[in-house]
Amino acid sequence: MTPINPLTLFFAAIFTNNILLTNFLGLCPFLSISKERRSAMGMGAAVVFVMASTTVLNNWIYYKILLPFGLEHFRYIVFIVVIAAFVQLVEMTVERFFPALYFVLGIFLPLITVNCAIFGASLFMIIRGYNLVQSLAYGAGSGIGWWLAIMAVSAIREKLQKSAKLPKGLEGPAITLIITGLLSLAFLAFSGMIRVQ
Amino acid sequence: MPNLSSKKEIFLTGLWKDNPVLRQVLGICSTLAVTNLMVNTLVMDAGLIFTVCMSSLTVSLLRNYTPMRIRMMVQTLIIASYVIIVDSIIKAHLPDISEALGPYVALIITNCIIMGRCEAFARNNPPLASFLDGLGMSLGYSLILITIAFIREPLGFGTLLGIRVMPEGFVQWTIMIMAPGAFFTLGILVWISKYILPNAKNGVERK
Repeated sequence: MTPINPLTLFFAAIFTNNILLTNFLGLCPFLSISKERRSAMGMGAAVVFVMASTTVLNNWIYYKILLPFGLEHFRYIVFIVVIAAFVQLVEMTVERFFPALYFVLGIFLPLITVNCAIFGASLFMIIRGYNLVQSLAYGAGSGIGWWLAIMAVSAIREKLQKSAKLPKGLEGPAITLIITGLLSLAFLAFSGMIRVQ
Repeated sequence: MPNLSSKKEIFLTGLWKDNPVLRQVLGICSTLAVTNLMVNTLVMDAGLIFTVCMSSLTVSLLRNYTPMRIRMMVQTLIIASYVIIVDSIIKAHLPDISEALGPYVALIITNCIIMGRCEAFARNNPPLASFLDGLGMSLGYSLILITIAFIREPLGFGTLLGIRVMPEGFVQWTIMIMAPGAFFTLGILVWISKYILPNAKNGVERK
């Protein structure tokens, strides 16, 4: 396998292999937070940061600690603990040193621990055999891709709430899923521009 | 101690009345991806049912010994252990399907349903009731996923469980095997369910 250019990987993760729209990851917070743009913004920013950091961290731990000691069966537990610990650490640091930032991101940080997209990014990175630089590109790209998707959908939902008259029962999760489907269809147009498995 | 009828009630609530996918829109992340083939869906469901039931049972058994502050961590570790068991079994006995499912088996860990049931039910209730609650919820969840696969596989591939069901010359809807098909199918199912399920006026949107 020829090594993939990290920059290619970065753009592929945003557009052609968007983690939300093609891999269905991170849907639960996506559905509940995409109601308004402000919170979508905060959550998206937090996801970008945590995802980029934890993929790198997990990559290092997997290749430098788990593999040499033959502990790769425990990788799920280790990854999830690393993510939880990292989130906790970031939360405490931000609260202590950047109170203004904490006010914006604070409530979203604990939610991130159970965001499947973060955990999924770490798993994909191991399965596809990325190295440290590639996983940084992949993590950052996936995070930005997720952010892009949630911003787009929340903006559409805000507009819909003001102007559209939806049939009873279609409001809430149902219409969000259909919007996401359309968005995913739009993103399919990017596939073929970059080919990354 | 709950009597027999209330146990049945607990089971049925999860299965239908408070269906985790349709009513709470929970835990769809990891499993929507595998619903384009019925076989994959069934294997995934079996893994999920096992994990939900066993982790609800375990959390419930340990409920009096788990300190409040670290309970989330304990629950996550319990869930992760069961998922590793499921993953190893699937890898050993069904290598082809394991290949197709890829990381999605491991993603059962972050499936919100399991954590949701541990938090909402198992940590305050006796073991048997928790087990039944987990069973009802996961069966209700599986039911919806099987329905989605039942729509997607025939339309996308013209087959069901690998057997041809659509007539010769049927044009396959490629869109159904790709991501948008899953979103549309689930969106429409949720919409329809609002009319069918009893007192469905409050569109619950919870984490």
